Amino acid sequence: MSDTPSANSTRSESLATRSVSSIGELADHQLNKAHTSVSSVGGVTLLLAQTLKWSWRSVFESGVRLRKKALFEQMVRIGVESISIVMIVQVFIGGILALQIAPTLEKYGQVEKVADIVAIAIVRELGPMLTAIVLSGFAGASIAAEIAAMVESEEIKALRAHALDPIHFLIVPRFWASVVMIVGLTVIADVIGITGGLLTAWGVLDISPNAYLDATQQALVLPDLITGLFKAAVFGGLVAMIACYEGLNVHGGAAGVGRATTTTVVKSIVAIIGTDAVFTATFYSLGW
Amino acid sequence: MTKSSSSSKSKPDRETIISVRNLRKTFTNSAGKDVTVLDSVSFDVARGETIVIMGGSGCGKSTLLNCLIGEYELDLGEIHYQTKDLSAPKNLTTMSPDEKNALRKRFGILFQSGALFNSLTVGENVALPLSEHSNVSPEVIDMIVALKLQLVHMLPHRDKLPSQLSGGQKKRAGLARATAMDPEILFYDEPSAGLDPVTSTAIDELMMDLSKKLAVTSIVVTHEMDSAFRIADRMVMLEKGRVLKIGTRQEYEVLRDADPASLTRYEDQLMNQFLNGYNKGPLTNADGLSEFEKLITG
Repeated sequence: MSDTPSANSTRSESLATRSVSSIGELADHQLNKAHTSVSSVGGVTLLLAQTLKWSWRSVFESGVRLRKKALFEQMVRIGVESISIVMIVQVFIGGILALQIAPTLEKYGQVEKVADIVAIAIVRELGPMLTAIVLSGFAGASIAAEIAAMVESEEIKALRAHALDPIHFLIVPRFWASVVMIVGLTVIADVIGITGGLLTAWGVLDISPNAYLDATQQALVLPDLITGLFKAAVFGGLVAMIACYEGLNVHGGAAGVGRATTTTVVKSIVAIIGTDAVFTATFYSLGW
Repeated sequence: MTKSSSSSKSKPDRETIISVRNLRKTFTNSAGKDVTVLDSVSFDVARGETIVIMGGSGCGKSTLLNCLIGEYELDLGEIHYQTKDLSAPKNLTTMSPDEKNALRKRFGILFQSGALFNSLTVGENVALPLSEHSNVSPEVIDMIVALKLQLVHMLPHRDKLPSQLSGGQKKRAGLARATAMDPEILFYDEPSAGLDPVTSTAIDELMMDLSKKLAVTSIVVTHEMDSAFRIADRMVMLEKGRVLKIGTRQEYEVLRDADPASLTRYEDQLMNQFLNGYNKGPLTNADGLSEFEKLITG
């Protein structure tokens, strides 16, 4: 049975309405996501400003305590406990890098340049970046879960109720512990990464350890180390701020705590790589 | 001389320590719609009295507590505090963060879950406000902690972590922490929630004991009627974000014991149903469901 023209017209109108409505919903959803992202960036920036303000007050204002014990505890938790995992990752990265570059260098008879490339790549780039990524999964997720659980169990509210600012009490020690310890971890990561490259070059590419170390020493200059460690410190601060922000803004009970943890890792990785791109472009243009 | 008032405008005869005027609090729900949780709430709290704020689930009593402790910003209204360190009543809504923190040092708050810091022992939890806000030596802090824990019969549990405590013990430890700074005002958020009747009575007796020994003003948010009638000097009944009645415990007892058929006012019928926990009445529909239950069950 064929449809009447009016029925056809109604059907096409309803299809058009549904399509427009779907596009509208999609646009609304995307706008909401964009709005959430912008507010997250704003929120993290505001939290950073408050953290720096409390850090300043802790050091220079009498009556505001510098929480050394809490800082030390967080340094142990964030730094010391991450050492083994950072070392495992970096020794493999050094080895992988050496093996990936070797065939290309061999074509040009420059296989001894493996040491130069591994050293520069590790110290300037892979050391700080991969350490920060490990830190985001290890310490960032743990900080976010801990603070989110404290929000859910009313511990943060209890802090405020006792006239204790959660930023001074919780965030400042975690921020500075993260900044300081990632620098130390990156130094370890650099050494271990270069060692991984050395072992691979010695075992697989027949480059003697002395020749490898000489080449590494000649390839590296001070700005390589400084820019790498500076980036690491910024990444450490970013991870701590994102973790604390997600933890403090948790909602939805146990599921919310899980979401805060996952979101922290995802946002941290995006932030680390995005910030690294900006740094790399800046250092390149400055000739550092 | 009575210290009660049966209208939201009248004041208790004793010196007023907290004065709430025309408080309104609105939240935006997930659909983007504004929901008024508290509206035109006004009452006074006299120094040294125990006032119970009660009402059904979702009536706004916890929101009111959060407004009183400065956790929530108000949309409208004023909350004046007249603590001993203030020469004149001061409006919480216009206080600077430092002033608000100074006022909070005069508070003690017992949260529904106890809200103990899980990474600290019971003793460290009680010591925290003292070590942060006073310059007394660690030895003196130790003595004060022992004293406060002894008051709530928790001294043997001093070195335990909160995870090693029962619900009642957590509340008692929370109470010891709340009293650590010798507060003028103690706030209790559902102190009996989740406790068995015996522990609940023990907590009530502890609250009355502390109130007497420390001469504090107590503001208790609860919907446990047995507990409310045990501890209250005066009671405030909230319904849908508004104050239904402010009265003495005796006035509420009369209302509770009245025959529902003899009550002519709608508000009295409603309070009679709530105080007795009747299934049928103005609070519930023909199915015996409250507004809140209808909302969550659809």
